[in-house]
Amino acid sequence: MRLNGAQILWECLVREGVEVVFGITGGAVLPIYDEMPKYPVHHVTMRHEQAAAHAADGYARATGKVGVCMATSGPGATNLVTGIATAQMDSSPIVAITGQVATSALGTDGFQEVDTTGITLPITKHNYLITNVKDLARSVREAFYIARTGKPGAVLIDIVKDAQQAECEFEYPEQVYLPGYRPHVRGNPRQIKQAAELINAAQRPVIIAGRGVLIAHAEAELRALAEKANIPVVTTLLGKSALPETHPLCLGMGGMHGEAYANWAMQEADLIFGIGTRFDDRLTSTASTFAPKAKVIHADIEPAEISKRIRVDVPIVGDARNVLQALLPLVREAEHTEWLECIAKWREDTLAHDILWQETDELVPQYVIRSIWEATCGEAIMVSDVGQNQMWEAQYYLHNRPGGLISSGGLGTMGFALPAAIGAAMGRPDCRVWVVAGDGGFQMTLQELATVVQEKLPLKIAILNNGFLGMVRQWQELFYNKNYSGSPLLGPDFVKLAEAYGIPGLRVTRKEDVVGAVQQAEAMEGPVLIDFQIEQEHNVYPIVPVGQPIHQMLRRPIKVRAQSAACERQGGEA
Amino acid sequence: MISEAQSGVFSRRTLVVLMEDKPGVLSHVTNLFRRRNYNIESLTVGHSETPGISRMTVVVHANDAVLEQVIKQLYKLINVTKVTDITDDAAVIRELALIKVHATGADRAEIKQLVDIFRAQIIDVAHESLTVEVTGTEDKIDSMIEMLRPFGIKELTRTGRVAMVRGAARTNGDR
Repeated sequence: MRLNGAQILWECLVREGVEVVFGITGGAVLPIYDEMPKYPVHHVTMRHEQAAAHAADGYARATGKVGVCMATSGPGATNLVTGIATAQMDSSPIVAITGQVATSALGTDGFQEVDTTGITLPITKHNYLITNVKDLARSVREAFYIARTGKPGAVLIDIVKDAQQAECEFEYPEQVYLPGYRPHVRGNPRQIKQAAELINAAQRPVIIAGRGVLIAHAEAELRALAEKANIPVVTTLLGKSALPETHPLCLGMGGMHGEAYANWAMQEADLIFGIGTRFDDRLTSTASTFAPKAKVIHADIEPAEISKRIRVDVPIVGDARNVLQALLPLVREAEHTEWLECIAKWREDTLAHDILWQETDELVPQYVIRSIWEATCGEAIMVSDVGQNQMWEAQYYLHNRPGGLISSGGLGTMGFALPAAIGAAMGRPDCRVWVVAGDGGFQMTLQELATVVQEKLPLKIAILNNGFLGMVRQWQELFYNKNYSGSPLLGPDFVKLAEAYGIPGLRVTRKEDVVGAVQQAEAMEGPVLIDFQIEQEHNVYPIVPVGQPIHQMLRRPIKVRAQSAACERQGGEA
Repeated sequence: MISEAQSGVFSRRTLVVLMEDKPGVLSHVTNLFRRRNYNIESLTVGHSETPGISRMTVVVHANDAVLEQVIKQLYKLINVTKVTDITDDAAVIRELALIKVHATGADRAEIKQLVDIFRAQIIDVAHESLTVEVTGTEDKIDSMIEMLRPFGIKELTRTGRVAMVRGAARTNGDR
């Protein structure tokens, strides 16, 4: 079959199972867009290429499939960069396709020419510059394979315009031949045996579960192991929901804004079993002060993650599911009663510092998140932005649905939430999708409200509006003598803004109106935006100052303690 | 935390890297060294015995922990097929230099003598200069350069290190 490059691209995308492409057309992708209507792929026209990449990323995280975004050369490609880096940092499988100027103009600084493969080289798992149409089919096949296997990531394919137009015989390569790329899926049996011995000998073990557990769909295996040996589980931000967060063994998120008891558990542990995590600095703080009493088992699919930041006693390279399956029969049942009781005491102490236990009439953001949690029974897909809103979501929304949290963890990209939620809602029309964003991050990509309306997506958008770049303001308050330099932020009337796009908007200024507004939003069929005007100078606690060990956190001062235990935060298991 | 004691002292380590000969692969490798802040002392690349496979010799200034990361990060590159640390192997290590040295009158005979001692060669002759080709270890080339310097070096180029393990063993992944 003789086809041109554009047709070959679409033939390959269809064969890879692509149903949705997020993109913006332009000069250097005109041949590709010219062929698009002939193929069964839905194109979501975005309002900015950064949002197209975030949407592909959100789609990938919500579905486990490869997300695809498309942009033209030059500014189209450079606008993708933030989104590509965001996906790559969080091991989210996306393929970005960009047009490039014609071969004759390549390297001449032509109109809308930029060195796309050069720019994206350090922020992709791999990339391709296609100058010959004969290389296209094989490269697309490889790109999808590389994006979704091993440690998933972002792959970019840059196609010169004349290769999109040139014809060649199309043959879809059934096999991928990549001699230098062979991900290790199965852990080494000897190392798994050593790991089991350490687990069986441990008195105070802690599992740290990262996003790798969710990527490998190893939630059941993790739970079986944790329950068999009664091992408490701390998660990373992106590991949330690896174990249902209302499970008694789940200690929630650890690290800079982790629960105090989760951090104390890691610091007092005699064994840390990290699985599918890269022990990043927001989890461990200064690596030399992390878990000083513990031996460390580290299982990850990417060998380069092991011994990168943390000294490891038993390394295991493998897929989280395979490793846990192999470990389970070797791990003995255990009670760890003393250790769990110790952690339970710490948990009590933590609750005393919890703002939801304290009398307050203020509209605090934690209460907003908790109300959304209650209204959605912990089952929504929550797409959070970056900063205080992200941490409040992480602390007060107990995720029971595996993969129920989508957030930019590694790169910390403000403006991620709305476009990523568009991708998530496109991929999972069966799920309720909520956006939680601050007024700062929301203003970075709010043009995508038009896309929400265009695609008729029933997104529920909660803006935690404090008129500041809140996390920056908090650091300035705590570490820079309240010198609020650059952090106060003027915003629009978000309700009017939503209405201008044809989206109903609600404004909440009092605590007593929160639950009603959330329930109203849940009851409405289409999209809705709620502007929660929260306390302006409200902090995320606990916070571990940079450079401090993770057990030395600043904590919320205890005010008045509520009467009855509003202790439902530990909850029964749903 | 990986302490200095566990990870050893910094020294020069020699890696042989085999990779598919594809466009951009060299920039993938050099970018990796730049981005991860690894200290390259020399890097040479060329064809290997297998068509389609390039062979690179890299000398990095690293300790054990850094070297382990360098190797793992190289393996992360899709087109890299084999990385071998030959620092502690018995290996033949060579570098080549071309040195254009000022040479008139009696100096010419003296330079010729030095060239013979170093088993180097004079490969180009002009009225006021001689061009010397010298092959050997870095140390040997350093000494050759030092010996020629007083005559006046007009131009100098060095290749960087290429290396091969002695004996019948191969470094190409076939065991």
